[in-house]
Amino acid sequence: MPVIEATALSKVYGPTVAVDDLTLSLERGEVLGFLGANGAGKTTTIKMLLGLVRPTAGQARILGRPPGDPAVMGRVGFLPEHFRFHPWLTAAGFLDLHGRLYRMPAAARRRRVAELLEQVGLADRARSRLTDFSKGMLQRIGLAQALLNRPAVVFLDEPTSGLDPLGRREVRDLIGELRRTGVTVFLNSHLLSEVEAACDHVAIIKRGRVVRVGTLDELTGADTEVEVRAGGLTPEIIAGLSAWGAVVPAGAGGLTVTVADRERLPEMARYLVEGGARLYALSPRRLPLEELFLRIMKEDA
Amino acid sequence: MNVLTIAHLTFLEARQRKLFWIILVIGLLALGLFALGFHFTYRDIQASSTNVQLIASQFSNLLLLMGLYGVSSLAVMLGVLVSVDTISGEIASGTIQTIVTKPLRRWEIVVGKWLGLALMLTAFILAMGSGFVLVVYAQVGYLPPHIIPGFGLMVLEGLVFLTLSILGGTRLPPLGNGVVVFMLYGVSFVGGWIEQVGSLLRNEAAVNIGIATSLLLPGEAMWRRASYLMQSAVLRDLGVNPFVTTSPPSPAMVGYTVGYIAVALAAAVYLFSKRDL
Repeated sequence: MPVIEATALSKVYGPTVAVDDLTLSLERGEVLGFLGANGAGKTTTIKMLLGLVRPTAGQARILGRPPGDPAVMGRVGFLPEHFRFHPWLTAAGFLDLHGRLYRMPAAARRRRVAELLEQVGLADRARSRLTDFSKGMLQRIGLAQALLNRPAVVFLDEPTSGLDPLGRREVRDLIGELRRTGVTVFLNSHLLSEVEAACDHVAIIKRGRVVRVGTLDELTGADTEVEVRAGGLTPEIIAGLSAWGAVVPAGAGGLTVTVADRERLPEMARYLVEGGARLYALSPRRLPLEELFLRIMKEDA
Repeated sequence: MNVLTIAHLTFLEARQRKLFWIILVIGLLALGLFALGFHFTYRDIQASSTNVQLIASQFSNLLLLMGLYGVSSLAVMLGVLVSVDTISGEIASGTIQTIVTKPLRRWEIVVGKWLGLALMLTAFILAMGSGFVLVVYAQVGYLPPHIIPGFGLMVLEGLVFLTLSILGGTRLPPLGNGVVVFMLYGVSFVGGWIEQVGSLLRNEAAVNIGIATSLLLPGEAMWRRASYLMQSAVLRDLGVNPFVTTSPPSPAMVGYTVGYIAVALAAAVYLFSKRDL
């Protein structure tokens, strides 16, 4: 059973189509980076998956049940974009309150709150009021809130906004840790490097439509650029390389070949060596996600 | 249990607001002024009147009802102002999002908020009302009749406007909601008056207008019944004044008001459940 399953999900606000016919499915322990420009429909999608927004058409299932069903929400964690809070609560009080909403018993709450404050680096601020917190600290406490119940699935909407590079790194490590423990993560982001570092699956949404979905390798590895460094590259050898893909010279003794299929690389290496070239390096370079993303954004609708 | 958690949170939150304390201070100020004013006027009556006992009780009753009228107005004010943005404000600020996505039903949020504020409002009315009654009792030894049902009706009036303001907050922004609810309060007040004057002049059309307003908005009618119950028999025969009444709404009206609150709360639950957040 998929942890997250969306079938032909759509949301229309008056004349605006926020999300159009979205279908995707995520298994246990998978981390999906949901990429898109601002206003592409990322937050609306997350809200439909959480039962905050009612879809105009289609349906969603979380752990096999409709979104918002209390039976399932006890196993869900959520950090909203622009996370807000009751500013008069202390950090520990805030987490305790949300623990109560998760129906955690008092003793378990106390233990878990202390543990999470430690984990997000706010143990020494447990008694401080949230109103005195910086944006980055609020983001951390929000993240702790999303993990209180040891969820099976976590939705993070732009979790690193407001965080400094160190904080971003910590969030990334945390996502890695969640994945290792089998937690499914749905990560909304427009930070490509973040998605590249933290996610194994990517969906790219553009004007409400999912235009690409797959594993990071599938999406960015479809065309692999291979950097070749070798001595004794004769024009004949170079011409022969075009059997594998488009060849572009790159300085003395170097060139790049764009191959359609990585599986053909050993064959290409053998060709080079047998042809008499002195092969120093043959390094496949994954198409950076950024390039793919920009390319997709430029495509016509 | 979720309802109680939300009620607790709402109660804590209301207590955090300056508004709550301002209204409490105004209430205490009014109580203090009332105590002083009552003390001095009562002293004059004692000095000038021959039949002190009878005059004192009538006088106490009238002044006390004026004081309690003040409490009931402050209670409406408090009920509306603390609840006017309890839902729309949380939607606008986004705090509602981490709450709605917890394992609870949306109705539990609405009912929990209502319960938290209703308890606070009830405590305010009972504390302030008792304060006024005690001020008089301490000086004259006078207690008005039917205090308990009277206070209950005052609470009911506060709850009508509290519930309407929570209902409005599921769809309207705070300012618009506040304006609407206070305008309704005004309408209900005027409607009550038209009914009273109508009954005094035996004008059936005016009475019907009043009744129609009361059915639409039963709040003010609860105060009129409360003041009718708590006034002395002599005052009742004296005629119309803003604080007491000669034509009290019936017990059926009380039942109607309870039903009205329940329906308004159910409507709030329905509207909030259907809303995209």
